Amino acid sequence: MFDISPAEWTAILLSIRVAVVATLVATPLGIAVAWLLARREFWGKSVADAIIYLPLVLPPVVTGYLLLLTFGRRGLIGAWLADHLGIVFAFRWTGAALACGIMSFPLLVRPIRLSIEAVDRRLEQAASTLGAPPWRVFWTVTLPLALPGVLAGMVLGFAKAIGEFGATITFVSNIPGETQTISSAIYTLTQVPDGDAAALRLVAISIAIAMAALVASEIFARRATKRLHGL
Amino acid sequence: MLRVEAQKQLGDFSLDVAFSTEGRVTGLFGSSGAGKTSLVNIIAGLLQPDRGLVAIGDDVLDDTSRGLHTPPHRRRIGYVFQDARLFPHLDVSQNLDYGRRMNGLTYDRDAQSRVVDLLDIGKLLDRRTGRLSGGERQRIALGRALLAQPRLLLLDEPLGALDADRKAEILPYLVRLRDETGVPMVYVTHDPQELRRLATEVVVLERGHVARFGSPDILSGVITPTEIQALEAGH
Repeated sequence: MFDISPAEWTAILLSIRVAVVATLVATPLGIAVAWLLARREFWGKSVADAIIYLPLVLPPVVTGYLLLLTFGRRGLIGAWLADHLGIVFAFRWTGAALACGIMSFPLLVRPIRLSIEAVDRRLEQAASTLGAPPWRVFWTVTLPLALPGVLAGMVLGFAKAIGEFGATITFVSNIPGETQTISSAIYTLTQVPDGDAAALRLVAISIAIAMAALVASEIFARRATKRLHGL
Repeated sequence: MLRVEAQKQLGDFSLDVAFSTEGRVTGLFGSSGAGKTSLVNIIAGLLQPDRGLVAIGDDVLDDTSRGLHTPPHRRRIGYVFQDARLFPHLDVSQNLDYGRRMNGLTYDRDAQSRVVDLLDIGKLLDRRTGRLSGGERQRIALGRALLAQPRLLLLDEPLGALDADRKAEILPYLVRLRDETGVPMVYVTHDPQELRRLATEVVVLERGHVARFGSPDILSGVITPTEIQALEAGH
């Protein structure tokens, strides 16, 4: 049962690569957005809020199709990126990472936002009276205190990214070795007569990856929370 | 010299104060709701006056007529809060070192050990902040503010959260602070006894206005809560 074929390995490693890249690129952006939503009042904030959560409520196929229209080779942004920077998303693993990043963004942002909101602003005031300019207050007080939320957001985002299917397959299709992630590989295997065993292997592996991510985050969060209480 | 002429509307409450002081320790005295903390926050730059001026010597920090507001981190004014506000993710020595790091000052072992000795916190340096007593937290908050090398130190009811024994524990340190460091202080309290021991000048605030200003003798008619207890016990 556990003879994992080279094709399956390819799908597994690709999934991990896509989810890791999506999470690492989305995290700094997610922290910035979360901070803006938690700490700043600006015109159009509720609209910005709604747009960030849109991928959560839209059918994934819709998100994928919109990505194809904007980031495809002839899309508005996609054509410009390809011509000027040589960055191509359509039918590449980078496109899968983009789709996964966008789909997981709301799940990533929410815990970070909540934990930034929970940071005691009086500690930030104390830091400023000790000579810290606002950006250093953020790096030395706000962000370290919000760390459990950042980790929770990263794990949720990673889990969503590794399981993403609808937007990814619509945007970058299901090309073995390039865009075929675990999810799309399982989908393909369920469409062929003798694919059950292979599909089950991949299912078991995705469960293992998800569990490992959850356990890791639990350990990190516990350590971080202890630190936050000054223990 | 500290000069404050400030007006600030906060909901129903209006603060309108003007005074200037040369004092080593200027006591800000008043009951709760008199506007003491708002005034101190204005001096620290955490609160912007609607109209007015804040200056230390020739250095004007706020002047609304010129649209000038210096943010807190550029004022070099230390602030010791009633609730200490130690950073929970840092240990005691990292808390003490925070202001030096943020101000880009070079590490000065002598200054560090002077403050550590003055406040008697040498044994706490490796501790995390979670299990410190109220008195220890307040001493570390004092040391943290001092080590940022402020030109003025604001103390907002630093003993307010402590019981009588802890107050008696910290007061001598504050007296030493006054006598051994050259940093002028603004000391906020509603306890006249603390000011009689510490202050060289006193500003009495009542409902957002300066009611009286002068030497600590102006508090002589005021009876402290502990004195009331003593009187009652005598009968």
